[in-house]
Amino acid sequence: MSAVVRDFFIDFQRCIGCQACAAACSECHTHRGLPMVHVDLVAPGVSLQTAPMVCMHCADPTCASVCPADAIKVDEHGIVHSSLKPRCISCGNCELACPFGVPIIKMEIQQMQKCDMCFDRTSAGKKPMCATVCPTGALFYGTREEIAQQRPASKPINRWRFGKQRIATRVHVMVPHDVDEMAVELPAFDEGGGPAALATALAAGARDGRAPEEAGPEAEFL
Amino acid sequence: MAHLRLPISDYIREYGPHVSDSPVTGWGPKPEPDRLVETHCCFCGMQCGVKLQVKSGRVIGIEPWEEFPFNEGRLCPKGVKRYMQTHHPDRLTDPLIREGAGFRKAGWDEALDLVASKARAIQAKRGKDAFAMLSGVSLSNEKSYLVGKFARLALGTANLDYNGRFCMVSAGAGNKKAFGIDRVANPWDDIPEAGVVLLAGTNVSECFPTLTHYIWKARDRGAKLIVVDPRETPIARTADHHVALRPGTDSALNQALLHELVANGWFDREFVEQRCTGWAELRASVERCTPEWAGEICGVPAALIREVAAAWGQAKTSFLLHARGVEQHTKGVENVLGLINLVLATGRIGRRGCGYGTITGQGNGQGGREHGHKCDQLPGNRDIENPEHRKHICDVWRISDAELPRKGKTTVEIVEAIHAGGIHGLLNICFNPMVSHPDTGFTREALERLEFFCVIDFFMSETARYADVVLPGSLHEEEEGTSTTAEARVVRIRAAVEPPGNARRDTWILLELARRLGKEEHFRFSSSEDIFNELRRASAGGTADYAGITYERVEREMGVFWPCPSEGHPGTPRLFEDGRSYHPDGKFKLLPTPYRPSAEVPDAEFPLYMTSGRSVFHYLSGTQTRRIKFLVEKSPGPICEMHPALATRLGLVDRQLVTVETRRGAITVPLRIVETIRPDTVFLPYHWPEELAANQLTVRALDPVSKMPEFKVAACRVRAATRGEADRARSLFAELKLEAS
Ligand code: SF4
Ligand code: SF4
Ligand code: SF4
Repeated sequence: MSAVVRDFFIDFQRCIGCQACAAACSECHTHRGLPMVHVDLVAPGVSLQTAPMVCMHCADPTCASVCPADAIKVDEHGIVHSSLKPRCISCGNCELACPFGVPIIKMEIQQMQKCDMCFDRTSAGKKPMCATVCPTGALFYGTREEIAQQRPASKPINRWRFGKQRIATRVHVMVPHDVDEMAVELPAFDEGGGPAALATALAAGARDGRAPEEAGPEAEFL
Repeated sequence: MAHLRLPISDYIREYGPHVSDSPVTGWGPKPEPDRLVETHCCFCGMQCGVKLQVKSGRVIGIEPWEEFPFNEGRLCPKGVKRYMQTHHPDRLTDPLIREGAGFRKAGWDEALDLVASKARAIQAKRGKDAFAMLSGVSLSNEKSYLVGKFARLALGTANLDYNGRFCMVSAGAGNKKAFGIDRVANPWDDIPEAGVVLLAGTNVSECFPTLTHYIWKARDRGAKLIVVDPRETPIARTADHHVALRPGTDSALNQALLHELVANGWFDREFVEQRCTGWAELRASVERCTPEWAGEICGVPAALIREVAAAWGQAKTSFLLHARGVEQHTKGVENVLGLINLVLATGRIGRRGCGYGTITGQGNGQGGREHGHKCDQLPGNRDIENPEHRKHICDVWRISDAELPRKGKTTVEIVEAIHAGGIHGLLNICFNPMVSHPDTGFTREALERLEFFCVIDFFMSETARYADVVLPGSLHEEEEGTSTTAEARVVRIRAAVEPPGNARRDTWILLELARRLGKEEHFRFSSSEDIFNELRRASAGGTADYAGITYERVEREMGVFWPCPSEGHPGTPRLFEDGRSYHPDGKFKLLPTPYRPSAEVPDAEFPLYMTSGRSVFHYLSGTQTRRIKFLVEKSPGPICEMHPALATRLGLVDRQLVTVETRRGAITVPLRIVETIRPDTVFLPYHWPEELAANQLTVRALDPVSKMPEFKVAACRVRAATRGEADRARSLFAELKLEAS
């Protein structure tokens, strides 16, 4: 592969909630059957806005810093990997601490698994599964030049603020030109932080702070 | 007699639908595939390119096909998970013959002989047309052509029609009237060049997800997006203008938009006067159709109609797309013509970035309707009543005119004739009317009255349960062929694997039946390509001319657009570039489409509108998608969407079980309260059968020209379910998620 650096971009407004990303992610060799990408309804009952969430691959990952077993490693490409099997004690700290709600503790194998930006594919010059299939371009993998040229009405940023915590991420999100930082005001703990508050912040003009829910089964009433 | 003798749960237990989660190799470490087969998704009209991973004669997964130009690897969840149907435990692997209360397995000779002898007996006693055939356009071009020839020559019946009758016939009829050709006018590649994109009655984001990318490409370049839909669909959510009109009022909106174009001089005088006929009459017909008048009918502000007219009228380039939302009406053809008028009035057609088209819903909805399994058509989109057209086909088929049946009944008319006792035998391939036909109860009664019923399918569809003989056929990935995408691009479908067990390729089944019906001489085909080559000759000189398209070219060029009259011809991605229509005078026809109400509108007894449509997780009648766990989990069963204001008025709460009733039936489903729908309208997706079929409620009223049923408008009422209804609904929903053993 050439030295071209390709990045991951999320453009929330395009997402149609189709879950092709999750369907494709679950086909991955490393975590077969279990999607690592989440698609959340931002304001159920109000809007069909959905927010896809892959691992943001933080420069200083919260999941890794709270891991008591030092099981989460960042590689030279800035990819934050699933926990190292021999070290992981499946304590769930990472799952709770990740501001983006990414890690999943897989109890059957006593290990945390997470989106590794399809390391097996990207290291072979391919795109991640989700960004390959996403029918809208809500998930995009390519160079900064490509995204700048293709989407002149928005720009990519990778700076976040969660309450007082500031985070820089390898994955970028597309925002209007006058936005420089994604600010997420954290609600009280029992209101469900993480993905809930996050998704709410993501929907530009989200109408109220109602917690989102997994855009999933319709018939939970049963 | 084809009454169900067993409770439905018994059929489900035996034949499914069961949901299956895992690939045939399980979720453990994935074996390296032996080969990747470049083919297409078997579902919607996008026909996205995809590679199937094959290992030891089994499909074990998919790989995006990024080189295929239309979708460049993009897929929707159906396309990603479709491979799980191939080796699904529900696959039919042996012919089945009705015996006692159920079915018994049989050999092919016995089953095929029985079908042939029953067909002959019914036809001997009651005439050729008393045996009908229904078909589907998920079939390849080759199979569609073969079905047309089979019904007319082997069965000798006029009564052949297809499920495209529920898909694109209104669009086809409107296109033929206005343009003299039934095809999308531009390739999807023209969408990004458009300054304004108007989507009328098309939930692109759920029904054609991969087309969304093209719309965003246009928007990235500054295009405005207008969406006309009673619901705020995922694509409407971000639109610049969303006209949430009352179901069934599209033609009033179209007239008011045209009124505004005229009033503000936003039309192309030269184009409408030189290139079109009927401008004066059309103009006069909208004189009094002000935005205020339409706003009243459509239930939207007049100011919004003015904004939309200005956005459309002042654009330099544009693309107008529509689908079932405007077409599935008793005024479907008029709605289509009204939209075409908006395109023609501005003269924005036949150029780069100036486009128009219907988005065909079914996999091969475009190709399937061109090659003759429609009751009034012969291959090449020829007219079965036109003497010259008949002659061409008679010559290719080496028959006399007397041997070629004439125009037969349309789908709903066939079912009505069965019900009335005029048709006694039926052969059905790739069509599931127990889900997709309007007025399910009536359809059931009709099927129960058949003297003999044979179904060719790969799964036991809800319709197949009523059959006397079920013949296990093949999937998309089990037979070579071509299909024609919604942009009229002919693409190559490849066989990745063999049909399972004793199942056979559909083509083999039809050829064997033809032989047993004594017509072997007309059906000597050695391969799918052989059939395609005859199709090319049959289509030559017709509007849908495939003469210059070969398998080799389709593979090399990654698809060829028809018309393509000779092998040296490049194909025709964009129509009308010379400013001429396909009518003999070369003119585009402008036809007035005065507003009239739908067949059934709300009244005191049934005060609400009911409209129906699709979910992104299911394809049509769900025979395939209701068997794949990922899709079933995301959308296990029908729900009723309702606006919070209406729910408050009716005293209903989110997720409660409600009963929706119309004059034809009732359905009990969970309620989903959403602000994304009009407060006078409820929505139901239609992918489920029997007691969960939205079509229990729909009206069996037809467009007078296209014979399309009015799936999009019915008058209904909604109330809390009774305890008995709720218990029943719970057990039905529980069955929907039956795991495969
Ligand atoms: S595939 Fe793309 S559009 Fe579909 S849910 Fe995922 S991010 Fe959203
Ligand atoms: S990058 Fe790969 S692992 Fe991460 S969410 Fe996308 S498909 Fe899944
Ligand atoms: S269903 Fe349609 S949009 Fe989805 S993958 Fe298949 S062809 Fe593409």
